[in-house]
This record gives sequence, structure tokens and C-alpha cells, in this order.
Amino acid sequence: MQAIARTDVEDFLFAEAELLDEWRLPEWLELFTDDAIYYVPATDLAVDASPDNNLFYVADDRFRLSERVKRLMKRTAHAEFPHSRTRHLVSNVRIRKQIGDELEVSSAFITYRTKDAVTDTYFGSNRYRLVPGGGTFRIKEKRCLLDSEGLRAQGRVSIIL
Amino acid sequence: MNAFQRMNTALMIDESRKIFKVSRQAFVDPDILEAERTQIFDKCWLYLGHSSELAKPGDFVTRQVGGRNILFARDGKGNLKAMLNTCPHRGAQVCREKHGSAKSFQCFYHGWVFGLDGTLRSQPGETSYAEDFKERSTSNMQQVPRFESYRDFNFICFDKDVESLSDYLGPVREYLDVICDQAETGMTIVGGTQEYSMRANWKLLTENSIDGYHALTTHATYLDYLKSATGALAQVAFEGSARDLGKGHAVLEYKAPWGRPVAQWIPSWGEEGKRELSRLYDGLLKRFGKERADRIATFNRNLFIFPNLVINDIMAVTVRTYYPAAPDFMNISAWALAPREETEWARKYRLFNFLEFLGPGGFATPDDVEALEQCQRGFRNSAEAQWNDISKGMGKENPSYDDELQMRAFWSNWNEHVFRVPA
Repeated sequence: MQAIARTDVEDFLFAEAELLDEWRLPEWLELFTDDAIYYVPATDLAVDASPDNNLFYVADDRFRLSERVKRLMKRTAHAEFPHSRTRHLVSNVRIRKQIGDELEVSSAFITYRTKDAVTDTYFGSNRYRLVPGGGTFRIKEKRCLLDSEGLRAQGRVSIIL
Repeated sequence: MNAFQRMNTALMIDESRKIFKVSRQAFVDPDILEAERTQIFDKCWLYLGHSSELAKPGDFVTRQVGGRNILFARDGKGNLKAMLNTCPHRGAQVCREKHGSAKSFQCFYHGWVFGLDGTLRSQPGETSYAEDFKERSTSNMQQVPRFESYRDFNFICFDKDVESLSDYLGPVREYLDVICDQAETGMTIVGGTQEYSMRANWKLLTENSIDGYHALTTHATYLDYLKSATGALAQVAFEGSARDLGKGHAVLEYKAPWGRPVAQWIPSWGEEGKRELSRLYDGLLKRFGKERADRIATFNRNLFIFPNLVINDIMAVTVRTYYPAAPDFMNISAWALAPREETEWARKYRLFNFLEFLGPGGFATPDDVEALEQCQRGFRNSAEAQWNDISKGMGKENPSYDDELQMRAFWSNWNEHVFRVPA
């Protein structure tokens, strides 16, 4: 495999953030592999905890992730109607290791969500497993580790982090 | 005199005309919150935690209950202790971790060391203190005034003269039995706490947690999801009843089409799930006979324990408690409860079920948060638009799960607490 530069990964993560901020969620979903997972664990768990025996905030397989996207595009997803405005800031991107044809990547994030004159901040790190191919990547795993103590005062993760 | 002092009730009730209204002032008035603190949260039994959270001697958790900081620990003899988390010396919080395991607790300010039961063991400069200093009970961390348990649910009360927990719960106990009897060797809290908040009055979550009426509209997308997931629904219709359990407690008991890990099978759980669920059901049958086994396995329960504990035995079991930080802000903690001996398969699907619906990242709870916050926004008009209506199902002999009897039970008891004329 050709050496992959951090900037390639950054470009990909920045583009992902843009899709989320522009609410182009069906396109965002296409970034994921068919066996992908998207996790947001509870904040009092170990970083590598499994959702099979621990309570998470979000533990989506690819099917549930696609349903999450479908839901968020409906008027009846009341928490996000009208859509909140968000800004996903991605920083501190690092390629942790390469295992076979997968990359382990970490990044830091700050995401602002504003709606009805209330702005909430989510912050933490994202752990990705990325599969390179065709000059880009696909996401096999996105594990979003919130640094905050629970979800106070955000109250919900109705957006995708 | 403030507006609250001029009130003698927050309710407008006329049984003959089927009118039951709640003043929206109850959701916005800081004086009412103050009355709730002294007359409800200082007087009622409050949920502290589940015995399974402290599996072995030395295990502890710290949490806020009724505005106090509580240290909940299992001492060296295996007994559970509920202590006020404050140093008897100068007041600092003794334990500053959220959970863990310890041999003793040390206050870092001046170095006092306490046993797992809060007894003072040592303090630097002991010779400068009275000889019997360590024998004085005032040198120890203080226990909460009352601490009692039922089926591993531990409660505390700040009123030492309160009735026993058992009397307080009354008919609630039978429902806790039904929920806990799904396990053969006891229930356990699964790792991970959902901690979130809402910019809404705490009583809105009481109402919402036992509201069978909002599901079809508020949770339209959740029901869409169940329909689009192949085989996620059983051939079971929504049907059931509501019961006023006295003292503000209430329960909904009903059938619903979602899968229950103990034990209502849905096609998407396949043959493996079918075998597992029939094994569980057979176990219930042997232990309890058909009637009770069916009740445990196929009925859902939304159980509300006054003033702020919800135990919902639905597509998974959640334990949820919440406290006001301000009239328009509450903090919520929620846990998943499961049979201790559950197989990996059942545990996995239970949690999968839980997250589909429940919690701030689920397909349903975020819309509840939105609804409650929108109510709170609507209450800005409460000077003119003064009343909430919760009359649905009044006068019915058998109120349905989607009527509002259970909310009237809550509000009637709340009103008695808040507007009680002191003896």
C-alpha cells in the first residue's frame, strides 16, 4: 500500500464535517462501509467498552445508522426540526497505526449546535477505523468519545457528532 | 406576599364536568420550587442506587440526591452505607471520584481518614485533640437520616420521622416484584450511566414518563423505524390500563408490539432468539404459573414512584431519576437494569433495544426532550394562558394506558405536599 499522508486523512475528515454541517446526511452515510459501526459510549466507561454489555448513548450498526439518517431527514424528527445549525471543528488528526488495509485514526473535535437561541458545545475525540481505496477512505468504525461528564447541559445527541 | 403565598392550590378540579387543570405557574415559579425542596425532596423517600452497583466491599459511588452530595459505599462487612459526603472537620467533600473501589476515604484538605462506613480512623496531629475525640460520633462522617431498601433498590430520606420505605411504597412493591421476578438470581445495573439534562421543569418528565398518549405523534419516527426494520414487531396491539397506586405513585401496564428480552419474541430475533426466549418463558412458567409468567413476560410497565423515580419495564428496563436545578432546568440520570444471569445474546439485544428507544441518543428520547423544552417555552405565556389540561379519561371505570389518570394521581399528591397547611 502506498504511504498515506496525514493531510489525506485530514482532507477526508474535513469533508465529512462539511457534509454533516450542511445536513447532507444521505451523502455522509455513503462514507461508511456496509459493516460500519458508529458509537457514542456513556462517559463513565472505559474507552474500548463494548455496547454488548455496557450502556452507550449511541451504538449503531450500519442498518441503524441508515435509519438514523432517514429519521433526521424527516419533519417528524422533532428534536431536529427545523434542523439545528452545527459546526463540526476537527483538529489534532493523527494516524495511530496501520493494520492490514485499515488505518486507525484519532482526531479531536468541538461541535457547536445552535437552535432556538440556545447553543450547546460537544467536545471530545473521535477514533476512526478507515479503509483507504480509490483515492479516498471509507469509515468502518467511528467511535466518538465525549470529554464532558455526561450530556449536561446538552441534554441530547440528536445530531451526528 | 408573593404570588405563591396567595395560592392555596395549583389544581382546578370539577369531577362532575370532567375538568382537571394544572396551573402553569407550578412549572415556572421559583417559590414553588423552594416549596418542593422543603416539602417534597426533604420529606419523601428518594432513590439512591441499586445494590448491584456496589458489588464488593469497598465499592462506592458518589451522587447527588435531593440536592445533597451522597457517598454510597459497601463497607468491609458487606453492609451498604449512605453517608453525607462532607468532612465532619471543615466540610470539604471527602470522596471526589464518581465511582471506584477503596479501602478507606481520605479528606485531602487536612488528611482525615475514614473507614468505609464513615468512622474516623485517624487524623494528623491526633495528640492535639481531646483524648476521646475518636469515640465521639460527631467525629465520623454523618449517615443520612434514613436509609432503607426494597429488592435491591436503595432509598434515602432526609426526614428521620418518615414512614418506613415499605409503607411508603405500598402497592408499588408488587410491581417491583413483577419487574424483579423476571430474573432468577436478581437484577443488576449494566455498566454505563446516561447523564443528561433538559431545559424544562422536572415535573414535565414525570408526566412524560407515564404518558401513553404521546407515543404516536411524538415518537412517529421511532414507530416508522420499527416498521422499516424487518420483523421488529410482534403481532400484538397496544392495549392496557393505568392504575393510581396511592401517595402519588402510578403505573401503566400494557401490551405493545415491540420485542421484550424477557420475553416477547419478534421475528428479527430469529431462531436463536426464539429458543432463548422460550427457555426464559419456561423458567417463568415453572416458577410462577401461567398467569404471572404471562404478566412478567408480555406486559410492559411504566412505573412511577413519587416524586421522581421512573422504572420502565418496556423493550428494556430503565431506571431513571431527575432533579430540578432551577424551575426550568433538570438533571437526569438513567441506567439499564437487567437480569444478572442473562445470556450474552439476551444482554446484547436488550441493550440494542434500549438504545433504539431510550436515552438522549436514541430514536425517541431526543423528541421527548424537544417536547418538554417546547412546553417550558410555551409556559412563558403562563400569565395569560394559565392552565394545562389533564382530564383525558376522567370518569372512566377502567382508564386506558393512554388516558391521564396517572398524571392526576401525581398532581393530586404533589398539590397536597406543596400546599399542605403546616400542623
